[in-house]
Amino acid sequence: MSEWWTYSLSDFLLFSPRTYYRLFELYNAALWPAHLLAAVAGLAILACMLRGGRGWRAACVLLGACWLWVGWVFLLDRYATINWAAAWFAGLFVVQAILLVLTGAAAGSSGEMSRSRGAAAITLLVFALAVYPSIGIAVGRPWTQAEVFAMAPDPTALGTLGFALLAPTAGRRWLLLAIPLLWCAISGATLWTMEAPEAPVLPAAGLVALIVAASRRQGAA
Amino acid sequence: MTRHSVLSRRALLALMAAGSTAMLAPGLSRAQTGGPEPRPGLRRIPSTGEQVPAVGLGTWITFNVGADPTLRDESADVMDAFFKAGGQMIDSSPMYGSAQEVVGYGLRKLGHPQALFSADKVWISSPAAGPGQIEESRRFWDIPRFDLLQVHNLLSWESHLETLFAMKAEGKLRYVGITTSEGRRHGEFERIMASQPLDFVQVSYNALDREVERRILPLAQERGIGVIVNRPFRQGSLTRSLEGEALPDWAAEIGAATWAQFLLKFIVSHPAVTCAIPATTQVAHVTENMAASAGPMPDEEMRRRMAAFVEDI
Repeated sequence: MSEWWTYSLSDFLLFSPRTYYRLFELYNAALWPAHLLAAVAGLAILACMLRGGRGWRAACVLLGACWLWVGWVFLLDRYATINWAAAWFAGLFVVQAILLVLTGAAAGSSGEMSRSRGAAAITLLVFALAVYPSIGIAVGRPWTQAEVFAMAPDPTALGTLGFALLAPTAGRRWLLLAIPLLWCAISGATLWTMEAPEAPVLPAAGLVALIVAASRRQGAA
Repeated sequence: MTRHSVLSRRALLALMAAGSTAMLAPGLSRAQTGGPEPRPGLRRIPSTGEQVPAVGLGTWITFNVGADPTLRDESADVMDAFFKAGGQMIDSSPMYGSAQEVVGYGLRKLGHPQALFSADKVWISSPAAGPGQIEESRRFWDIPRFDLLQVHNLLSWESHLETLFAMKAEGKLRYVGITTSEGRRHGEFERIMASQPLDFVQVSYNALDREVERRILPLAQERGIGVIVNRPFRQGSLTRSLEGEALPDWAAEIGAATWAQFLLKFIVSHPAVTCAIPATTQVAHVTENMAASAGPMPDEEMRRRMAAFVEDI
């Protein structure tokens, strides 16, 4: 379409904040208690990250499954009902799932972890697991609309930023970071257009991951 | 709609009741010019003379609620209030997510109100895909045919207009139009208005965004093209920004009891405007909006005063 440039960001916000957050409410209600399984998956990924070494492969597969689930069950089945672009987003999530599985199969173990990089990685994942689901409550939304790691796209992408920082090589690190960073920009723009108070969280996390990944790259050279 | 030129009895009564309070006084005028005066609250479609209420219902954002059963029912309630208040024109687009399906849900729930004037759009780059998209839209609405189809934001307009004019010639469509919003491609828009036998154009217009007053609205009058106005409240931001402000005393002269009515009366009193299509999720707002189509209307001098007042705020 030759006239894309004539559209502003708000032209692509197709739904109201109320509709958007109720999507999570209905999704959570329909899938409970799958959230417990998601929490176990998140903790298992965190444990693998803390342990390092060959747990990396299992964590890659587990995280890949999370991306596949979110892409299919949330983005394609739910979000696509109010956003025609969600089918494309679901495709991105499937690609990320494949990248995670392939990277895990190829790498075998996580990279050597500097203290600062490791701290940033763990902080991002813990934030995604424990803090992000509470943000909605903190800004006045009901807990029934909570966005949970491995169930909702934002905390899943956020946690993956941390996970990707531990990839064994710089090339694989950037490969695993690309789609989560893109999602941080997409979702951040959506939330910003909705004037959601949490809009800066994902872009800020993406920026942190970018800085840490880039500094590691310089250090490795 | 099976009775295109005849309002439902309920709709007519509602509009007559609202219009019965209208009294022409200094500073007031009829909105439409030329030919017999339309009934209170109605505007004439220039190409046929058919009369439609000056306030319709938009579905951008508000009706895109997906499969949410609660929000679908709320949308149906809005449509119910709209029809009960005498409303007819509902406008949607394939661009609006699930809005078309939700309109269809509401129409089924309300038993397919006879008063409906269905306005939708074609919005797809591929010329060949236009008819398929139109058919899909019709299925979503669950109606036999559309009253009006418009080329959305001039996307692939040459081929889509060909399709729409062919549909009209075959009796599968009553009116053809084009749309733009927020001032996009007005130059090209004017050229199409000047060269194509359009029944309607749809543009953004409100007390602050008045660029269309310079060329597009006069051209519509000159060419006998009906005008549908989108984003009358700037997607709600205009009414929100006025919330804390008091209406001027003279708003009573034009029968505006709220800012929404003030802003809508400004729009529908322009002689070129056929229908404004505010979108809302609230029944109370529908009633408030629909009341703006009746009663006294501002004349040109009053309209300038209204625009200046809003600009100053």
